[in-house]
Amino acid sequence: MNALQARGIVVRYGPTAVLSGVDLDVRHGEVLALVGPNGAGKSTLLGVLAGDVTATHGEVRVLGRPLSEWRLRDLARERAVLTQEHVVAFPFPVGEVVRMGRSPWRNRPEEDLDDLLVADAMDTTAVTHLSHRPFGLLSGGEKGRTSFARVLAQATDVLLLDEPTAALDIGHQEAVLERARRRADDGAAVVVVLHDLSLAAAWSDRVALLHRGVVAADGPPTEVLEPALLSEVYAHPIDVVAHPVTGELLVLADRMSRRRIAP
Amino acid sequence: MAIVSPTSPTPVSARPAPTDAPRRARATALLALLAGALLVSALAAAGSGQLAVPLPEVAGSVFHRVGLDIGPLPAHPRGDVTLWTIRFPRVVMAMLVGAALAVAGAVMQGVFGNPLAEPSIVGVSSGAAVAAASSIVFGLTFAGTWTIAVCAFVGGLVTTLAVYGLSRADGRTEVVTLVLTGIAVNAVAAAGLGMLMFLGDTQAREQIVFWQLGSLNGSRWQYVGVVAPLVAVGIVASLLSARSLDLLALGERQARHLGVHVERLRILLVVVVALLTAAAVSFCGIVAFVGLVVPHLVRMVTGPGHRILLPASMLAGALVLVIADLGARTLVAYADLPIGMLTSLVGGPFFFWLLRRTRRTAGGWS
Repeated sequence: MNALQARGIVVRYGPTAVLSGVDLDVRHGEVLALVGPNGAGKSTLLGVLAGDVTATHGEVRVLGRPLSEWRLRDLARERAVLTQEHVVAFPFPVGEVVRMGRSPWRNRPEEDLDDLLVADAMDTTAVTHLSHRPFGLLSGGEKGRTSFARVLAQATDVLLLDEPTAALDIGHQEAVLERARRRADDGAAVVVVLHDLSLAAAWSDRVALLHRGVVAADGPPTEVLEPALLSEVYAHPIDVVAHPVTGELLVLADRMSRRRIAP
Repeated sequence: MAIVSPTSPTPVSARPAPTDAPRRARATALLALLAGALLVSALAAAGSGQLAVPLPEVAGSVFHRVGLDIGPLPAHPRGDVTLWTIRFPRVVMAMLVGAALAVAGAVMQGVFGNPLAEPSIVGVSSGAAVAAASSIVFGLTFAGTWTIAVCAFVGGLVTTLAVYGLSRADGRTEVVTLVLTGIAVNAVAAAGLGMLMFLGDTQAREQIVFWQLGSLNGSRWQYVGVVAPLVAVGIVASLLSARSLDLLALGERQARHLGVHVERLRILLVVVVALLTAAAVSFCGIVAFVGLVVPHLVRMVTGPGHRILLPASMLAGALVLVIADLGARTLVAYADLPIGMLTSLVGGPFFFWLLRRTRRTAGGWS
């Protein structure tokens, strides 16, 4: 059984179709990177998977059950979502914000793990020292890390992460994705929207490339991150090179050639 | 919004897990302090007035009523009667109205995700007052003594829903939008009240003026009997929603991802706000700014968590109104000042200060 299954997802806002027929499967134990140019529909697709955006057509199943049939509290114990905006009304301290991630487990035996999981999540995201600081006073990156810590503390087997690395420095980008990777290795299904294709190549098992509301390619990074395809989708010449030592894929804008590819 | 001064140094503690033990201890101390202060001030307020009854005699009178032979009875021949027919219902009413308004303010701020939301500012109080006043002008009596309360509730509910629908975008309310919506709603309500004054006879007019000024004068046990159950239901429902209100601070989608049924919670709390406001307004008129000032002061001590904010606001609101009403009765000899005037006198400048503060720390709110 797939952790997440989307079939024939169509989302229309008025006459414009943001997604026109997307199929997607996410299995336990894998990190799926959603990539694509601005406006390709990445965040909308993640919103559909999260249940925030209602699809005009199509169906999303979580653990084999249609999204609409889940009780919200039960779903919150299976699936956590990191959104792009990190806003908290009222000056809740960071420690309390992270602890809110534990609320779906209240009055259950797992409640005993609250302190442990909160401390662990805050440690991973390096926000422990901010514990008593009001959320509103944090920098953009610190807010992002705090929200990620809250999502980790929720301790779910399905993770939907919308640009978790936005506004983070390179060290924290690595730390966040490494942690997401580790959760997948422990059996979680992770969907992560990324803009940095090299990060996608480094940390994901599969890459789904969205282009104009459809999945243009879906497969292992080595197959999807292919210069000709990327150049066409991003309407900009793109090079993919292997790291001279590790062999990792590096995706770079091709600034040498003058040729432009017609969109 | 940062209540804690941004310049205060952040304790860079090496503690592995954030414990909230000191905060919890502080909250318990605050609740105990407020409860004690409320008890003392209620007894003192009951004893003050033209016919002064010393504190021990007030306490003694209460003890004797509940069948305990403790303390002295009021020495004055009319002391006991005055206490039980005039003073106590008024003090109890003050406590109920204060608790209702403070909790309504705190809940409204939580639902709107905006610390400036308050029943009188956004016009819910005026909406309830218009409906209550129309029941007087048109002589409605369909529900006996409950008629005014029912009308106030309907008026308050309609206004809350209107404000809610008009001022929100993406699950949040911007400060400017909220304040401007409040101006519009209050203007319409003022027009409604004006219309009713125009239509009504002299007696109705006097009663409408009384709504606008707000007063606890003439509180009777009969009215307390109407207000108390409404306030009790509203406050219990609020307290049960405290955890969900905390999660709502993360945003609607985020709260839903944590298992909160946001739509259901919102509707429930909008009804609760209307209920509490109506309970406060139906017999005492518009007592403004209590719902704004009290939760803010409480937040400064307890932090924004609703599990402590709501009960502390309830006690603090009751305390504030008991003291304000004592002032209204005793500041000027032989005169009963409108309590709404007093709370506005203090609340207006406080609101202004909050607005200034918001501008300074723009972005720090939401």
